[in-house]
Amino acid sequence: MQKAIIQLETLTCPSCGQKIENAVKSLNGVDKQSVKVLFNSSKVKLDFDLKILSIEKIEKAISALGYEVKKSQVKEI
Amino acid sequence: MQRFILSKKNLITLIGGFLIVIAYLSKLIIGNLAVFYWALVIASVIGILPIAIQAFQALKVKVISIDVLVTIAVLGAFAINEMEESAIVTFLFLFGAFLEQRTLNKTRSAIKELTEMAPESALKKMVSGEFVEVEVDEVEVGDILLVKTGAKVPVDGSVLIGEGYINEASITGESLPVSKSSGAGVYAGTILENGTLQIVAEKVGEDTTFGKIIELVEEAQDSKSEAERFIDRFSKYYTPAVLILSVIVYIFSRNVELAITILVLGCPGALVIGVPVSNVAGIGNGARNGILLKGSEVIHYFSKVDTIVFDKTGTLTIGNPKVADKMFYTSDLERVLSYLASVESESDHPLGKAILEDIGNTTFYNVENTDVIKGGGIVANIEGHKVVVGNVALMKQENITINESIRNDIVLYEQKGNSLVMTSIDGKIEALIGIRDQIRLGVKEDLRKLKALGVKNLVVLSGDNQGTVDLVTKELGLTEAHGHMLPEDKSKYIEKLQAKGQIVAFVGDGVNDSPSLALAEIGIAMGSGTDVAIETSDIVLMNSNFSRLPHALGLTKATANNMRQNIVIAVGVVIFLLTNVFFSEWMNMSIGMLVHEASILVVILNGMRLLSYKSK
Repeated sequence: MQKAIIQLETLTCPSCGQKIENAVKSLNGVDKQSVKVLFNSSKVKLDFDLKILSIEKIEKAISALGYEVKKSQVKEI
Repeated sequence: MQRFILSKKNLITLIGGFLIVIAYLSKLIIGNLAVFYWALVIASVIGILPIAIQAFQALKVKVISIDVLVTIAVLGAFAINEMEESAIVTFLFLFGAFLEQRTLNKTRSAIKELTEMAPESALKKMVSGEFVEVEVDEVEVGDILLVKTGAKVPVDGSVLIGEGYINEASITGESLPVSKSSGAGVYAGTILENGTLQIVAEKVGEDTTFGKIIELVEEAQDSKSEAERFIDRFSKYYTPAVLILSVIVYIFSRNVELAITILVLGCPGALVIGVPVSNVAGIGNGARNGILLKGSEVIHYFSKVDTIVFDKTGTLTIGNPKVADKMFYTSDLERVLSYLASVESESDHPLGKAILEDIGNTTFYNVENTDVIKGGGIVANIEGHKVVVGNVALMKQENITINESIRNDIVLYEQKGNSLVMTSIDGKIEALIGIRDQIRLGVKEDLRKLKALGVKNLVVLSGDNQGTVDLVTKELGLTEAHGHMLPEDKSKYIEKLQAKGQIVAFVGDGVNDSPSLALAEIGIAMGSGTDVAIETSDIVLMNSNFSRLPHALGLTKATANNMRQNIVIAVGVVIFLLTNVFFSEWMNMSIGMLVHEASILVVILNGMRLLSYKSK
């Protein structure tokens, strides 16, 4: 499993968080329990399986919603 | 295309507002209704674009967001040719979002200041021996790094070569620079004020103490209390419920205008944003003042605390004991002092240190067969004499007789609040020394403030003798004090208080009192930002700064109040709007949107007040 921390542009509405959470959770290969959208620090934290999914695909899913991804970090866990 | 429109949201808002002004000017001044109508149409069309895109994206991931409600409402207004309403509603919605973003950034500013202190680059020693600037993410454990004057230490590590003064305020809260030379530990995020150091990286990135503090604060500001989780669940069903309500109203009344007005009025904005805003501003204020609050649950409990339990050592006192009283029962003072000093120099116990400091210059003898008795003292041989240095229990254990007069002295010394160290040579008591700790400066005033803030009981549980504890209690005006307590006695005592229904906060140093820290509703660590303190406690007072405690309590109370105010404002506004739409003539979509956006700004501004909170 990989642990990803994705920094987004500043989030301003709590429902943005809900949208992003739903979008990320719907991706195959994401550990649904691990998905955490930090509204105030505008970050998404999640665990995913590198065999099924790539960080680029996760970033794409978020930016498709209209939220800019600023930086992401992936760490082996 | 979608992203282009979203990125131009501010421009669209501006154009929309401008078109609305033109529309009204042409209607009122030159009486041109065609310009009026078409300006509003254009304003509505470009205004609805970004909202509709967001609504569409939300629906794709099965979320009925506020954007969905507003989009349907505006389309409805279009359908019944209410161009004034649609233009004004879209403009207000976009303009409100713009203001929300600006003000929200303000409430988050305190925490942003903290995260921006994170180091970004490092000078890393390459294979060639040169130092090259790299990003801090590229530094790995074991790398050798160069830190120059004025630069931030990029990672946790230890000094290899060089000397310098480091300002560690970002970790410990202490602003006096600390001298560092070879072998000393350095922390990421601290600043080298002068000198040049080469350090070896030991912990990098999120593993550093600074990284942990940031992670903690970031998680804390987004952590949710029971009440917030309820609001979250509530708003998940609330928005669809508003949609259904408006459909029902339409079916029964056949009145499009009424139905779409309900959509706008029902927007839950202030309700979902009110509590997080108070939370982030309160935690931000704390972070700025050396108080780490772990989330809104902590704020909730600590604001209602009944009893604060202190572990005396190092919390209320300086933790630097000094010899206060001494009595000798000997004719050869010189020899007794020399023996005592020789034995004590074998130990690094704080009481031993205090004695050595007090005796000063003396002859040191060769000490043999040293036996350290835990919780008692030291037994050793000097020049063939058996020397026992320690407390009363040790003397009894060694079968040393304590006569009537010495016993009286012991009682007297204990009453004065001393810890006792006795010295016996070959079975005869030669000296009795009383050592006391000093009370921290300002603690008395801080405790008075805590009482003024509504804390009912201030309790001390200490491992020291009852005399010491009673003395501190009397001097500080505490409500209760218990001595001779082991860590497990302390946690049992806390359980007893909790069984009485009290909400208990425990203040300790975070290392040997972890059971009590964990058991109490609120564990408060007086840590200098150490890992253990950060992990086991709910509130961390940086740099062991006791005077932060009243600020912390006042702040949590203010924050909890602020949340309640915001909930009342938000719920009040929705009730007010919904009653008016059914029972008054003047309510329409534009006014509804205006009140709705205004209420969001009011809760944000209300939350922002917490940033400037100061304890009295």
